[in-house]
Amino acid sequence: MKIVVCIKQVPDTKGGVKFNPDGTLDRAAMLTIMNPDDKAGLEAALRLKEQYGAEVTVITMGLPKADEVLREAMAMGADKGILVTDRVLGGADTWATSTTIAGAIRNLEYDLIITGRQAIDGDTAQVGPQIAEHLGLPVISYAQDIKIEGDSVIVQRQYEDRYHELKAKMPCLITALSELNEPRYMTPGGIFEAYDSEVTVWGRADLKDVDDSDLGLKGSPTKIAKASDKVRKGAGEKVNLDTDESVAYLIGKFKEKHII
Amino acid sequence: MDFALDKKHEMARSLFREFAENEVKPLAQEVDETEEFPMETVKKMQKLGFMGIPVPKEYGGQGCDPLTYVMCVEELSKVCATTGVVVSAHTSLCIDPIMTYGTEEQKQKYVKALATGEKLGAFALTEPGAGTDAQGAVTKAVLDGDEWVLNGSKCFITNGKVADVYIVIAITSVTEDKRGRKKKNFSAFIVDKGAPGFSFGTKEKKMGIRGSSTYELIFEDCRIPKENLLGTEGKGFPIAMHTLDGGRIGIAAQALGIAEGALDRAVAYTKERKQFGRSIAQQQNTQFKLADMAARIEAAQLLVYKAAMAKATQKVYSVEAAKAKLFAAETAMAVTTGVVQLFGGYGYIREYDVERMMRDAKITEIYEGTSEVQRMVISGALLK
Repeated sequence: MKIVVCIKQVPDTKGGVKFNPDGTLDRAAMLTIMNPDDKAGLEAALRLKEQYGAEVTVITMGLPKADEVLREAMAMGADKGILVTDRVLGGADTWATSTTIAGAIRNLEYDLIITGRQAIDGDTAQVGPQIAEHLGLPVISYAQDIKIEGDSVIVQRQYEDRYHELKAKMPCLITALSELNEPRYMTPGGIFEAYDSEVTVWGRADLKDVDDSDLGLKGSPTKIAKASDKVRKGAGEKVNLDTDESVAYLIGKFKEKHII
Repeated sequence: MDFALDKKHEMARSLFREFAENEVKPLAQEVDETEEFPMETVKKMQKLGFMGIPVPKEYGGQGCDPLTYVMCVEELSKVCATTGVVVSAHTSLCIDPIMTYGTEEQKQKYVKALATGEKLGAFALTEPGAGTDAQGAVTKAVLDGDEWVLNGSKCFITNGKVADVYIVIAITSVTEDKRGRKKKNFSAFIVDKGAPGFSFGTKEKKMGIRGSSTYELIFEDCRIPKENLLGTEGKGFPIAMHTLDGGRIGIAAQALGIAEGALDRAVAYTKERKQFGRSIAQQQNTQFKLADMAARIEAAQLLVYKAAMAKATQKVYSVEAAKAKLFAAETAMAVTTGVVQLFGGYGYIREYDVERMMRDAKITEIYEGTSEVQRMVISGALLK
């Protein structure tokens, strides 16, 4: 089995967020991590590899320094890493990104594509399903459990209060939730091996069946009106009351705010 | 000269830091309080290869270098010095001498099991009457047919009782020099837990690193196979000294970690703690103290990393190791004592980690060669 996992290097929100003048993220200036949902997707792929035997390829689109996130994935156990990087691909929204990733994946053999549900920087949850659309694949989103049965996958799709169990024939695409599993740590030897191995680097010229008008900032229909760092909430008010007093206190506050 | 770490060492550090924060830090206080060996943590580290970081892959290790190993001990010790010394004694004092002096059979039999973490290692040189003066030792080994027979005892042995494999230094002959002075000749042995006649005495109750298992080892007609002699007969003393050179780099890393951990706590605390209407971090006394600590810690780190690099590239690194251990240990003591002072009354309370760190720091000035021994090594090389 061949599994492709799409991963993204995202800002570590613990380190603060910085923006370019055009409202896009200044990725070069921020500390980065592997997007948590993607990491869960990678872990799921590595477990499938251990259970059923598979070759796991990780792919990312980003700045040249995004090769770090591929090395991290390889240090966890991924077999190959592909970095898609090119100036003309910069500033891409979800449409241009999914077009790019799909263009890259068309060069690969795969039975299963796993992406994270959404990235913590954009929070759109669009890129995974869009890739499936570009490639004409079935998609199962919000996976909380993945099993293989013959040439099909059986996936539990999470809802707020329940889950659906869905079966799809491979090849297909699954988007993973960070609750799917507890991703493993890298190993020291894995890190050394990852840095001794080659990461494949692809540019615009390596993308298959894509149109220039669908790529980069120019190919992005989304225009960012304004972006800002999270506004910090006030410290709030802490009160220590018994149950009856708490109810009376809350009712009073709700009335004061015209909520009830 | 480039002082920046390369990317793979940076990534290794982030791994050790993440592991230490998530898996080790939450248990540090409990380990200290209960004096229980952190076996669950050791099992987790075994799974991730932390028990054989600098060992070549063909012997079950991770195939990394001494610097990576040192960073692991450093990051672990930042949050729990007990966990740091478990890895250090196992790697530097047990695996390293077998890798350096062992036969191929010994490496296959012992290093593979130790580096994968399936077995835990320890090293036994110190005796009740022989600390810095190793010549005061009395534990003997006599060859009887196909077996060595050991008699005597060793004390203050880190990883004692929990370890499966022990490097034991014992006297195998006494010779006279030209002036008629008697000289004890030592040899090194690999002793398995469970060897007939090998038992454990009292468990030491310590000031710091309280989760580390420190035991007395007792040998009463303990019989081990002839092939468990490590290196050449009569060369046990140089083997022990060379092993301690490596061990000192591990302890220096432990001391460095303790100091760094204490400074991290101090930076966070002094920003929060208010006195006279402002945070104590806004007061110059605090600022100057923190600055001195940070400068000292960085100097210690450079010495420790330099010693680790020397171990990777040089045959002899005694002086580098001695300088690193001397300076890092004294830095750990000075920084933790200073941080407790900055914390004031809270620093003296067990609820806050810095009290433990100060107790943990003290041992780094004592074990694997006291600070006085390190000064002897350094000045000995200077005045040669």
